[in-house]
Amino acid sequence: MAAVGAVAAAWPFIDQMNPSAAALALSSVEVDLSPVAAGQQIVVKWRGHPLFVRHRTPKEITESKAVAVSELPDPLARNANKPDNTPATDDDRVIKSEWLILIGVCTHLGCTPTGFEGDYGGWLCHCHGSQYDTAGRIRKGPAPQNLAVPPYAFLSDTRIKVG
Amino acid sequence: MSGPSTYNPKSGFEKWIDQRLPLPRLMHDTIQTFPTPRNLNIWYTFGGILTFCLGVQILTGVVLAMHYVANAGMAFDSVEAIMRDVNYGWLMRYIHSNGASMFFLAVYIHMFRGLYYGSYKAPRELLWIIGVLIYLLMMATAFFGYVLPWGQMSFWGATVITNLFSAIPVVGSHIATWLWGDFAVGDATLNRFFSLHYLLPFIIAGVVGLHIWALHVPGNNNPLGIDVKGPQDTVPFHPYYTVKDAFYLCVFVVFFAAFVFYAPNFFGNPDNYVQANPLVTPPDIVPEWYLLPFYAMLRSIPNKLMGVIVMGGAIVTLFFIPWLDTSRVRSCRFRPLMKQFFWVLAVVCVILGYCGSQGVDAAVAGVPLLWVARIATLYYFAFFWILMPIIGLIETPKKLPASIAQSVLGDTAAAAAE
Repeated sequence: MAAVGAVAAAWPFIDQMNPSAAALALSSVEVDLSPVAAGQQIVVKWRGHPLFVRHRTPKEITESKAVAVSELPDPLARNANKPDNTPATDDDRVIKSEWLILIGVCTHLGCTPTGFEGDYGGWLCHCHGSQYDTAGRIRKGPAPQNLAVPPYAFLSDTRIKVG
Repeated sequence: MSGPSTYNPKSGFEKWIDQRLPLPRLMHDTIQTFPTPRNLNIWYTFGGILTFCLGVQILTGVVLAMHYVANAGMAFDSVEAIMRDVNYGWLMRYIHSNGASMFFLAVYIHMFRGLYYGSYKAPRELLWIIGVLIYLLMMATAFFGYVLPWGQMSFWGATVITNLFSAIPVVGSHIATWLWGDFAVGDATLNRFFSLHYLLPFIIAGVVGLHIWALHVPGNNNPLGIDVKGPQDTVPFHPYYTVKDAFYLCVFVVFFAAFVFYAPNFFGNPDNYVQANPLVTPPDIVPEWYLLPFYAMLRSIPNKLMGVIVMGGAIVTLFFIPWLDTSRVRSCRFRPLMKQFFWVLAVVCVILGYCGSQGVDAAVAGVPLLWVARIATLYYFAFFWILMPIIGLIETPKKLPASIAQSVLGDTAAAAAE
């Protein structure tokens, strides 16, 4: 009984550290894609994190599609717009092939990877050397997962809404 | 703190106090008459130096808190205001920031001293464990403090360290969010880190009290590692060690002041004079120098969870040392084999520190540092978990002197002292 009381009394002191409802309120951001030429990437801020919006070239898409899922360290798509068990094929990482939208947080320890670097031409995280390919999938280094794809939708051909 | 007291209250006032709150008796027995081995060397002065460091950090820290603003929008500017506008603010901040480095330098010397002379061995196991606890608290405090200026290294250091918890299966990401109070490191994180940074030094002060208490029950170990056998082996703490400690403290303060006044940013990172930017990670994230060996271990493991386990294990290992060392002899002076492996360990820790300070792909003379760090990490764990138990069993120690007095004074004088 005393233990139950102690836990009940302790909980407010623990839970106060969790994000408040204000912080949790899902924010969303709209991104205009028209100024982003093929081969470019822009970074916008969403929920305190950087968001990568990359306009992939046909070459990058072909390279990414050529990779078999069995070769990947993380075989799951990690795409908030698809079911959890979706395989990490190139098609399942995007909505439209030429637009790759990712949360720019390295799945190792949270650094922001640098674009167009590393052996796979995607991203290189300078903190601990994780390398991602042109679909944002982890290929080499200590990161355990592919870069996450946030929930987003196309409002028009040149405009997306994230969140 | 323990043993029969030699305090003898003289005046009526002292007697009145002594019957109500025997604080003068405690101080008298602890820092005046406390019987201390007569052979303590320079390496035994760091306990006093560390107490001084804690005092300096608390004093300057309280002052800095009068001017600092724990808000993500204002923290960086408030630190700049401390540097430029607050009277002697630059001095307070440089003493505080360099003081952290001095604190760790002293604690590492103190810890290696304990390792070398076997000060963790019975009956001083709890003394050692409390010491490791203080070291852990120091690392937490230093980490929280490093976040407060809200520069790039502050922000990304906080991001990387809090993300270590996300390696824990199932609950990891919830713990990280709980630590942040948001989706990422931000204003909520800064505020709580400030609160904890202010709290922990006082907890450390309390635990230091326990550390000194646990020291005064068995008494000091000494460079010979043999027990005190009688009054001829000891001298009263005051004036012998108060003077010795004070002298080396002065030398230490000169060293400390050299950094504060002539190279105040020697231990700092230029990137921390750039305000935190959640969208750009600096090209090379390095922690403060005193955490580099652990950072090198983390990076040398190509798996997130294993890396975190290895790094945590490196510290947890320290708690078990009293039982991993199987030798009956304490001091490395009489342990020819252990002495060599001890010095290899010291070098390995420096090498790990160097590896941690370099980029991920760095190499020296064609040898990738990643592999150097891996081998060094292996040695670190092998030293404590394999070498220490085995060497204690197979090593033939040198002959121990009969007593401290005999070793210090020679046979005749020791006999005369008895």
